[in-house]
Amino acid sequence: MFSEYSLSELSSIFLMQGFAGLILFSVFVLMALGLAIIFGQMGVINMAHGEFMILGAYVTYFTSQLFLHYIPALFGIYFFIAMILAFFASGALGMAVEWLMIRRLYKRPLDTLLATWGLSLILQQVYRSVFGPREVGVELPSWMMGSLPVTEVVEVQINGLFVMGLTIAITVAVALLMYKSAWGKQVRAVVQNRVMAGAVGINTEKIDRYTFGLGCGIAGVAGSAFTMIGSTGPTSGQLYIVDTFLVVVFGGAQSLLGTIASAFTISQAQSTMEFFLSGSMAKVLTLLGVVIILMLRPQGLFVIKVRR
Amino acid sequence: MSSNNDNSSKFSSTRRKLLMGMATLPAVPLLANTGIFSTPAFAQAPATSAVNTTGLAVTDTEVTVGILHSVTGTMAISETGSVQAEKLAIEQINAMGGVLGRKIKFIQEDGASDWPTFAEKAKKLLVNDKVAAIMGCWTSASRKAVLPVVEQYNGMLYYPTFYEGLEQSKNVIYTGQEATQQILAGLDWVNKTKGAKSFYLIGSDYIWPRTSMKIARKHIENKLAGKVVGEDYFPLGHTQFNSVINKFKLTKPDVIYAAVVGGSNVAFYKQLKAAGIDLSKQTLLTISVTEDEIDGIGGENFVNAYSCMKYFQSLDNPNNKDFVAAFKKMWGEKTVIGDVTQAAYLGPWLWKMTVEKAGSFDIDKIAEASAGIEFTKAPEGYVKIHPNHHLWSKTRVGQAQPDGQFKVVFETPELIEPDPFPKGYQ
Repeated sequence: MFSEYSLSELSSIFLMQGFAGLILFSVFVLMALGLAIIFGQMGVINMAHGEFMILGAYVTYFTSQLFLHYIPALFGIYFFIAMILAFFASGALGMAVEWLMIRRLYKRPLDTLLATWGLSLILQQVYRSVFGPREVGVELPSWMMGSLPVTEVVEVQINGLFVMGLTIAITVAVALLMYKSAWGKQVRAVVQNRVMAGAVGINTEKIDRYTFGLGCGIAGVAGSAFTMIGSTGPTSGQLYIVDTFLVVVFGGAQSLLGTIASAFTISQAQSTMEFFLSGSMAKVLTLLGVVIILMLRPQGLFVIKVRR
Repeated sequence: MSSNNDNSSKFSSTRRKLLMGMATLPAVPLLANTGIFSTPAFAQAPATSAVNTTGLAVTDTEVTVGILHSVTGTMAISETGSVQAEKLAIEQINAMGGVLGRKIKFIQEDGASDWPTFAEKAKKLLVNDKVAAIMGCWTSASRKAVLPVVEQYNGMLYYPTFYEGLEQSKNVIYTGQEATQQILAGLDWVNKTKGAKSFYLIGSDYIWPRTSMKIARKHIENKLAGKVVGEDYFPLGHTQFNSVINKFKLTKPDVIYAAVVGGSNVAFYKQLKAAGIDLSKQTLLTISVTEDEIDGIGGENFVNAYSCMKYFQSLDNPNNKDFVAAFKKMWGEKTVIGDVTQAAYLGPWLWKMTVEKAGSFDIDKIAEASAGIEFTKAPEGYVKIHPNHHLWSKTRVGQAQPDGQFKVVFETPELIEPDPFPKGYQ
């Protein structure tokens, strides 16, 4: 299939294809990180994860409108403010949901699946009633669009670079928070042994609430970033939920490293196959591969030993 | 919902006898319409027993139709416009005096983006509500679910979406274009004006894009002596198109021919733009982006792409000006009108004209009278129902502008005959 192309053409295409895989990897990590915290650390199966992302996307949309109409001079930097607002909006909603619903279900982890699925339907309809059923177009500042030409054929997408940078920053922040801070130590203590953690004076309820809020907040940031590459509508969150769970479950639920490794494997496999086969076929083969590996290794790629 | 009730008591007894006698004569409603009986009330509203012999929800003053679209779920994005257009048409028809002197009342049901729900609601509308017609469905899947129901219970469905063809039913009027109407003229145009020879076909992975691309490929290879350099389908809702964009860069097609739908659309065009593919240099022709979709994609991401449809909001004719003004008055200045919305608007009007031609609400008579119905006030211009229950219509190519509207750059000189079972394309 490549006989009619020159060597330099081919090498630059493969270079760009590699970059496309890296973008996909960043996207997967970004959308899975919030879920990995909630599912991995708390054991809550949050089916409404996509809707928390879309809340972030809507916040971004409204921030962009606000800047466009009132402070157009600062439009170039609105995206950073939007991401911060998205984090707090989704995080606050997450904490409210935890307080109203999730905390009553910690002893029944499978029921969280049903409850959060219901929540996702409710949120979708709320978005539809409040923001309208049609998708909204989020306008980007001009510096975030287009691509940087490296050679004549190789071009690097700016928004791809942006997503990558954001993913690295958030991953590092989460890792520091989880493994280097006192708060992270408390979270891990609660995960390992809730009763004992309570006995040594950790306010487990508060830890739960903030952990859930953090996961949802990161989902909000992800949703905000995805306005650059995807759609913003009441049901857009559904587009991400399958891939998100795929990454988290495949990686091994309790390990951040596993999430990253699984995102890398799936994204590279998918983008390589998409190039050589058709898009639908690539998806089928990816899912098939994941199913087979999970059959052989049900706990996922990485496992952290925890005392139950 | 009693339908065939005895409101006729307000007529004098002699007239009632007269009416009952005449109800046996099939020609009477027609005579009544042509004004041979000049009693005003009578000329406007022929007796219910005469125009409704099958027990539909028709009274002396009202006739009930159903509106069946998704207002919840993932398809609500697309179907909202159709609901709005149908309500506008019904309101306008009522303002003109209704159908056979009867005001149209509508019962709206929600298909909820779920195909079995569509079938169930269609059954409810036909069996419980006895509606005289259904304006509804959007996706092919929902139509396929509803089709056996309207055929079994003998209903009438006015279906607005452009679709893949390969279907024809006594009980359905297709007010959108079938695939060959939409595809062939656009391909001819891009071949002629842009000298396009190589095409890359990309679509979402379900029946409509696949059938459309099959027709497009046959036409490109057999009629235009062109070449298809790539063909790719992605699952509905796919959001990552960087790999296929790299394939565009490698194969350098003259034309990217796209039928990507739904949320994927937004991702596709945003990533195309981000990857530095400039649509003023790379020709892109799509059959799936109307003004509705551009709202979500963002005008700046879609500028200079070409879309092939039968209707654009920017069409410059008096019918369309009135339609756009009325639509915006009813639904707000910011609403946009896409191809399917306009086709949905045709439904109630075509039904009204067919009923008046048949002089009856009976489904069998409407099905028979449909062929040859002409609508001169259609926003897209003159349309006419073909005996195969599709519409004769023109095909147009629009070039996207930064404000999200299209500039019409091509229009077929003649109406194109609908051909739902095209020979040589299957």
